[in-house]
Amino acid sequence: MSVKTPSKLEKILSEGHLAVTSECGPPRGSDPDAVKKKAELIKDYVDAVNITDNQTSVTRMSSLSACIHLKLMGVEPVLQMVTRDRNRIAIQSDILGAASFDIFNMLCLSGDHQSFGDCPQGQNVHDLDSMQLLQTVHLMRDEGKFLGGADINRPPKMFVGAAANPFADPFEIRTPRLAKKIAAGAEFIQTQCIYNLDKFEEWMKQICDRGLHEKVYILAGVTPLKSAGMAKFMKNRVPGMDVPDDVVKRMADTPKEKQPEEGINICVETIERLKSVEGVKGFHIMAIEWEEKVPGIVERAGLYPRPKIEAEN
Amino acid sequence: MIVAEKKPVEEIIEYVQDCRKILILGCNECVTVCEAGGKKEVGVLASTLRMYFLNQGKEVKIDEITLERQCDHEYLEEIRDVADQYDAIISLACGVGVQFMAEKYHSVPIYPGVNTCFLGATEERGLWTERCQACGNCMLGITGGICPVSRCAKRLLNGPCGGSSNGKCEISKDLDCAWQLIIDRLKALDRLDDYEKICPIKDWSTDRAGGPRKVVREDVQI
Ligand code: SF4
Ligand code: SF4
Repeated sequence: MSVKTPSKLEKILSEGHLAVTSECGPPRGSDPDAVKKKAELIKDYVDAVNITDNQTSVTRMSSLSACIHLKLMGVEPVLQMVTRDRNRIAIQSDILGAASFDIFNMLCLSGDHQSFGDCPQGQNVHDLDSMQLLQTVHLMRDEGKFLGGADINRPPKMFVGAAANPFADPFEIRTPRLAKKIAAGAEFIQTQCIYNLDKFEEWMKQICDRGLHEKVYILAGVTPLKSAGMAKFMKNRVPGMDVPDDVVKRMADTPKEKQPEEGINICVETIERLKSVEGVKGFHIMAIEWEEKVPGIVERAGLYPRPKIEAEN
Repeated sequence: MIVAEKKPVEEIIEYVQDCRKILILGCNECVTVCEAGGKKEVGVLASTLRMYFLNQGKEVKIDEITLERQCDHEYLEEIRDVADQYDAIISLACGVGVQFMAEKYHSVPIYPGVNTCFLGATEERGLWTERCQACGNCMLGITGGICPVSRCAKRLLNGPCGGSSNGKCEISKDLDCAWQLIIDRLKALDRLDDYEKICPIKDWSTDRAGGPRKVVREDVQI
């Protein structure tokens, strides 16, 4: 795959390194240090940091502004954008805003339904869906055009990705759905957190059988479990999450004070095993409000030091 | 049909508590089928209000009429001679009927007696579900006859989202995932390959987004 943008993440992937990304949730307030501190903790251990966009529909500092804080610190951001809250005018406008700060990565999502968040009485927009958002970014980048047809002065240069859930229903379209995202323009994929490795490997095999792994960089998503309670919650309450019984049991059988450590062990073992799976090109470590654990995970999983590649500007 | 449900009687009382003569006006169409505003419901609301006013020691005259349709000038004319006598008219028609009444009878306050909910169908007695949001550019032809605009909680045209689980939508275990239904249907039609065709960005200008809509048919105008 040829390099199309100045993104450091894209460069690392194109050179065949296993990439490591992580994510930070912006604060529920306007303190820039909340973002910067999280980024400071992990910046030397990851290649890029996703900033979530009002995740679980809870109102937070905007993803774009948090990305700008990162960029100004010299950390490579991945701007997450959901289609829930913006129409096509706001979407294109925010993409240009990001591009004006030379933010070079974007992850296109539809977003959780607002009923999960702090404004369940609000409207949702969904003028575009995540596939159409991918297409929009490509139109803006590759053709230098707005959706309305006019030319863009200094088009954005975004390395563009999408999420994939290898465990989502309906089963029969798990692979076609990825093919569709690639056709819409996804160049990298960050998956849902993986606890069911057998099922994930089965999915990867189908992807490789269709040759899709040659067309997209797949970063396997992992989230360290903090406790048995979290494992149960993820299993039972988070839609589209697959936490097998033996993982829940392993956490539950560990004494409470040792559970965080065990969660990290599981996470490191997951990375170790998935490293050798064909088509896996890196890892997306989502340590939810537990960013301080990311460096240890990266080191223990043998992914440190990170390749030295200077971001272009 | 248009599906509506009864408003809480407390809200209706709030509108009319100072009135002396009230007309409750039902409609024989959709709201009769969904048991929210037909003749039967007119009767029930009238009795409830009579009881209420009696308990309050107030003498209030409450009349009941149910028209064939309230979204039609012709039928609304039927109350031309009596409308002015009332201090208030409570219309149990959908929002269209209530507005048509208000446009026609300027001097009498018209209050809605139902909440108009959606375009849907009776799935079983006592259960009505949404099927259409009148987007003005029907795409059922490419989605296997199942509408993602009205039935997907995120109106995804290229679904499903990652939250689809066991055939249900991420927002509720009681709600079918529209995209599961679409895929099942495409499979039954042996058209699953069509799933991979990307549905282009929709022109929403025919939807609510484009402003109040009009259909003009010069060929049938007199
Ligand atoms: S596609 Fe539009 S017109 Fe067709 S059923 Fe859905 S909302 Fe109604
Ligand atoms: S679960 Fe299905 S119906 Fe619900 S929002 Fe996702 S795609 Fe739409």
